[in-house]
Amino acid sequence: MSDTKTPMLELRGVRKAFGDKVVLDGVDIPVARGRSLVIIGGSGQGKSVTIKIAIGLMAPDAGQVFVDGQDTALIRSAADRARHNARFGMLFQGAALFDSLTIWENVAFRLTNADKVPRKEARERAVEALARVGLPASVANLYPIELSGGMQKRAGLARAVVAQPEIIFFDEPTTGLDPINADVINNLIVEQVKRLGCTAVSITHDMASARKIGDEIAMLYNGKIVWRGPAADIDHSGNAYVDQFVHGRADGPIKIEV
Amino acid sequence: MNPVQAVGRSTLGLLRTAGSVAIFAGRGVGASLSTPWFAGQLARQVVAIGYLSLPVVGLTAVFTGAALALNIYTGGGRFNAEQIMPQIVALGITRELGPVLAALMLAGRVSAAIAAEIGAMRATEQIDALNTLSTDPFRYLVAPRLIAAVLTLPLLTAVADTIGVAGGFLVATQTLGFSGPLYVQNTWNFLTSWDIESGLIKSAVFGFIVALMGAYHGYNASGGARGVGRATTHAVVSAAILVFAADYILTSLFTAK
Ligand SMILES: Nc1ncnc2c1ncn2[C@@H]1O[C@H](COP(=O)(O)OP(=O)(O)O)[C@@H](O)[C@H]1O
Ligand SMILES: [Mg+2]
Repeated sequence: MSDTKTPMLELRGVRKAFGDKVVLDGVDIPVARGRSLVIIGGSGQGKSVTIKIAIGLMAPDAGQVFVDGQDTALIRSAADRARHNARFGMLFQGAALFDSLTIWENVAFRLTNADKVPRKEARERAVEALARVGLPASVANLYPIELSGGMQKRAGLARAVVAQPEIIFFDEPTTGLDPINADVINNLIVEQVKRLGCTAVSITHDMASARKIGDEIAMLYNGKIVWRGPAADIDHSGNAYVDQFVHGRADGPIKIEV
Repeated sequence: MNPVQAVGRSTLGLLRTAGSVAIFAGRGVGASLSTPWFAGQLARQVVAIGYLSLPVVGLTAVFTGAALALNIYTGGGRFNAEQIMPQIVALGITRELGPVLAALMLAGRVSAAIAAEIGAMRATEQIDALNTLSTDPFRYLVAPRLIAAVLTLPLLTAVADTIGVAGGFLVATQTLGFSGPLYVQNTWNFLTSWDIESGLIKSAVFGFIVALMGAYHGYNASGGARGVGRATTHAVVSAAILVFAADYILTSLFTAK
């Protein structure tokens, strides 16, 4: 199973519609083990839906999702599902910290609730993870509402990496942050992904972020992947969609529905 | 759309909703009756749903008991039967008003709070986060609320019964000239244990309905802050209506024998 040929994650022929609105129209995305793929695309193009399908929060209408060669639709028992989920980490767009729990309880949530790690040890590991994303131990006992947006994202990142996932998803990691905080988050992401040696899938419409955290970039438009290549090629992709998006031009093949 | 189509469509919609509520309830009950349980969450909900509802339920009960006593005294007077007022008040409170009023106060207080909290968690992706952290939201969020409501509403109802009868007692002894000891004795001798038990059984069902409606509407909230507002309204309205419907059904079952 764990040979280097099998993609760590693969979406094959994935389709998803809401009502008559087709969001994903046959998307194929293999991601090799240890690589970082960034999916770019405009708002409402189905980037979040793609990630939710990949991580199993949403079922595709058609198509399959493979993790390490295994078709995830065939995972049946709750125990297998929980074990499967343990391979993933995810940083949500709004951090999605639980607002009734303190920061350390948030970071240690998987440890205390799913893995039954004793609280004392879980707290130590949470504080360690917080330190890795540059948050001092003094925030451990605060509630999410007491942190700035940038700090919440960092706590969300700590929660995503604390249990050493094999695949991490980042949903718009820099959206809503000022450029400096955005750069801090980008650096932390690169650092953590490298440290864990994990496979990463990020979605963003922030090109600075895409260049920084991606080995490869793919562009999603109208329910399909219209281009994919090494991050270094993004400025000479020879693809009109990509060029328009990268340069942020109103004119071009991409039509904005109004 | 012609009228037949309109009726057809809304019937289908109703059936679809009933189906999805039933599936949701099944998952909730399944999670409530099997481990792992989240004891901390359950304790929190027992306090939030049960303990913190005591003042509201108590105040409602005392005023209702007092008003009921006055009305029944007046009504009884038309047959020269004022003296059976304590017995009727006790019966009305334990069999009907105690359970229903406590449930309605909880529909307002608890269904709304559950729908708003879970709905906000849905809107901010906290429910998705629970899933990715290998924690079933039905176990972590839904089951503790269902269990807490089913356990605490009968207790609240017992309190409401006691305080409601006390409200009648106060009015009777302070303004209607009843003798205190006689009032208590008449009430006590008249009530059967089934009067009280049937009310408590009802209230356990009402507790389930109240928590279920809050959780269902919150869990399925969509469309940001407006969606959460809508979920809250739907939770309260549907909980109240279903409490009345269940009350009628249970009462007719209980009185059939
Ligand atoms: N649960 C849902 N129900 C209905 N429509 C949805 C749902 N989730 C997403 N959509 C729709 O799918 C489209 C893509 O959404 P999304 O993946 O969030 O876009 P983005 O690329 O900005 O992340 C949007 O038009 C959105 O309205
Ligand atoms: Mg999105």
